[in-house]
Amino acid sequence: MMKSLGSIRRSFAPWADPASKPFISVRNVTKKFGDFTAVDDLSLNIYTREFFALLGASGCGKSTLLRMLAGFEQPTSGEIILDGQNLAGIPPYRRPVNMMFQSYALFPHMTVENNIAFGLKQDGMPKADIAERVAQMLKLVKLEKFSQRKPHQLSGGQRQRVALARSLAKRPKVLLLDEPLGALDKKLREETQFELMDLQQELGLTFVIVTHDQEEAMTMADRIAVMSHGKVVQVATPAEIYEAPNSRFVADFIGDVNLFDGTVTSAEGGSVRIETTGGIPLRMASAEKPANGAKAAVAIRPEKIRISRQPPAHAPINAAEGEIWDIGYLGDMTVFHVRLKDGKVVKASALNAVRAVEDPLGYDQQVWVSFGEDAGVVLKD
Amino acid sequence: MEKWSRFNIASVVLGFGFLYLPIVLLVIFSFNESKLVTVWAGFSTKWYSQLWHNQGLLDAAWVTIRVGLLSATCATVLGTLAALALVRYSRFRGRVLFSGMVYAPLVMPEVITGLSLLLLFVAIGFDRGFWTITLAHITFTMCFVAVVVQSRLLSFDQSIEEAALDLGATPVRTFFAITLPVIAPAVFSGWVLAFTLSLDDLVISSFTTGPGATTLPMKIYSQVRLGVTPEINAICTILIGIVALGVVVASIVTKRREVQRERDERAAIAAIG
Amino acid sequence: MAKLSSALASRLVIIVPYAWLLFFFLIPFFIVLRISLSQTTVAMPPYTPVFDLAGGLAGILDKVREFSVDNYVWLTEDALYFNAYVSSLVIASISTILTLLIGYPIAYGMAKAPPAIRPTLLMMVILPFWTSFLIRVYAWIAILKPEGLLNQFLIAIGVIDQPLIILNTNSAIYIGIVYSYLPFMVLPIYSALEKMDHSLIEAAQDLGCTPIRAFWRVTFPLSLPGVVAGCLLVFIPAVGEFVIPDLLGGSETLMIGKTLWSEFNSNRDWPVSSAVAIILLMILVVPIVYFQNVQAKADSEGR
Repeated sequence: MMKSLGSIRRSFAPWADPASKPFISVRNVTKKFGDFTAVDDLSLNIYTREFFALLGASGCGKSTLLRMLAGFEQPTSGEIILDGQNLAGIPPYRRPVNMMFQSYALFPHMTVENNIAFGLKQDGMPKADIAERVAQMLKLVKLEKFSQRKPHQLSGGQRQRVALARSLAKRPKVLLLDEPLGALDKKLREETQFELMDLQQELGLTFVIVTHDQEEAMTMADRIAVMSHGKVVQVATPAEIYEAPNSRFVADFIGDVNLFDGTVTSAEGGSVRIETTGGIPLRMASAEKPANGAKAAVAIRPEKIRISRQPPAHAPINAAEGEIWDIGYLGDMTVFHVRLKDGKVVKASALNAVRAVEDPLGYDQQVWVSFGEDAGVVLKD
Repeated sequence: MEKWSRFNIASVVLGFGFLYLPIVLLVIFSFNESKLVTVWAGFSTKWYSQLWHNQGLLDAAWVTIRVGLLSATCATVLGTLAALALVRYSRFRGRVLFSGMVYAPLVMPEVITGLSLLLLFVAIGFDRGFWTITLAHITFTMCFVAVVVQSRLLSFDQSIEEAALDLGATPVRTFFAITLPVIAPAVFSGWVLAFTLSLDDLVISSFTTGPGATTLPMKIYSQVRLGVTPEINAICTILIGIVALGVVVASIVTKRREVQRERDERAAIAAIG
Repeated sequence: MAKLSSALASRLVIIVPYAWLLFFFLIPFFIVLRISLSQTTVAMPPYTPVFDLAGGLAGILDKVREFSVDNYVWLTEDALYFNAYVSSLVIASISTILTLLIGYPIAYGMAKAPPAIRPTLLMMVILPFWTSFLIRVYAWIAILKPEGLLNQFLIAIGVIDQPLIILNTNSAIYIGIVYSYLPFMVLPIYSALEKMDHSLIEAAQDLGCTPIRAFWRVTFPLSLPGVVAGCLLVFIPAVGEFVIPDLLGGSETLMIGKTLWSEFNSNRDWPVSSAVAIILLMILVVPIVYFQNVQAKADSEGR
């Protein structure tokens, strides 16, 4: 019996164990293209069997980092260690890593079978072994019937699977995936995400994926590195990134967020009081103790904000009055934009747990928005 | 989609009439009974049979074909290398000069190219004849090959080369296993272009030739200077026929391949559904 | 070892064509320049030796001292050459404008043609380019002759009663150049127009442009790169054209390509013809460099 994914995942956290050795170690790597710094003094550790995501907007340096791992670019300074081996100066064709390309990069003049066998032939593997391995890979990606097709005779999803099979055929120590699902439509993309996760568990490989799609990264990855301007802003599990972002940038980049800027008025006993620039007194649970008078921001996710017609019991703390400015009905939930007295617009979302609500909230209604002390995160500026 | 207006149809039809009418007239008068090429005097193929007895003409044709085959082949190798250098290496010492030397021959007046090559051959003491014509043709046709191959390389998805490197193929192997097969059609059309340019060339050949090496255009030119005759029309018609046949066959082959490809794609889409 | 051979291979990709072009394209120009500065002698080859390395550095210096600009002085003294340059430029300019005026509507009509027949039209424009230049020019002789087909036709339909004298005039040269170079004008304009998004015209019309104004405000400016490339592709070789003025222009026409040819082949004056070539090259250097920039820009956009 295969262990369920959940039970493996739950116990998998080598990064938290100081005794475990990283499999890939990126040390102070900088990459410059002329005057432009694509990757800026970046350090990262990735562990065996980890599904690691590099997440960021286009131009943040994530693809450059991936291409340095593959060997298509050489770091301007710093080093990359893979399984104890320094990769400096090793060309792509001598590295024990393989890459799945965003465009799939299938060889247009070769059949599916020959595409998958290409890497094995370069290693001089005996013919019989190649045939066996190719058959195995075709089975893995469920393309047995298509072995004699050329790439242009396949659908987008099938091409994606050929690209995957080709990059896995050599059993690389690390599989690099550059926006592997970018060209698929939404539905196929979601299916494939889970297929990829199962495959990674089954083969026991280390995956490093580059994506700009936060949902994709959150769904698949054990850990995510959020990147911006060539630097890693935060490396953490998806839940930590979402619930405990370490900066305004991460809070804003991942999901929707309301940011309240203000000044710390007191900090004691595990809670911080902040007066927002709009005059709302906030009290937030926080392990840290910022100094009085320090600038701070509170980040609160829309689904953690309540909307009510009556003021909540804890008002005026963590509560504010406003009117409904916009309503977006998304089916599974409804998003409200509430305009506060000071003009600030707060986003709040409510799950549509029942099919019809009696007396639903409408435009221009006066409402209160409120939230609990543990709903938000205090971010230092 | 807007419709094809009368004005547009008229410009295309008149334009093509202008392009083709002189050639059509030339072909028609090659079958003229009379020695005049302006007065029709009945159908005859006598000028064609006369060609077979003109030994000078046949010799010239043979020289032309040999020069064409040899120079087109060398020009294709050099031109493909030049295209690779231009597309793949965005930075190397003297790149500006190099790209200048690739583009300049495309527009350089032939009299200048011809004269300068002749003076080079004289300066290094190279005996002029078949080989000097061939070297000269390689030089100016390789630039046309480079431009054709270059445009193919620019639209080429470079990640397929990276994929090959990633899967363990050395750069040299990647070139022969991946790059060359993919750009092969462009390389082939580069060869055909180089070959026809070599067949056509009069000015550069005239400058760089020596005793004993007369090409067909040189032969035609010397006869044209003496006057217009149906015999020249007949040679021209044969040359036009060869070129037209080649182009038509090539386009039918490409068309077939495209149709096949479309059918395959449709089959692939049907297979998913 | 494999790494070494790969590095070597990537060097060779550059070095081989580079060396070829240096030797067969660039160096010959310096030889032309050198010879244009030497004295005409009666000996064969008809000029004094280029470089005599046996003489060492001093020998080279002696040679440099022997350089003379006599040939250039000679060119300026004889009005024939000056007139030939000017008339070449004038003829090439007029022909380029005529080619543009005729070629643009053809390219435009092709770009507006139903997509299904566009590849065929494109092939038909390229096809004459594959047939010999010499043959295409030759074909016009029979048409333009006083007793030629054009005059026969015009007299037959009663437009004229005396044959027009076209052959051996500048008009014949214009016709020859327009005819021979038309594909070079049509192709770049067509590819610029064909790339253009038709919704741009719809947007312009939606915003209140009449079709004619939409053409001048949107279509034409966007096709300018094609127009520029086409004009350069016609103008530059036309200036130095030899076959067309020789076969269609007759003995009266002055074009520098023809002058150079006869200076070289009939008078066998190599130094003077070298000087003629050098001046022609200097005249054309500006448009050629401009053409290269246009090409390089188009390449970097295609990247």
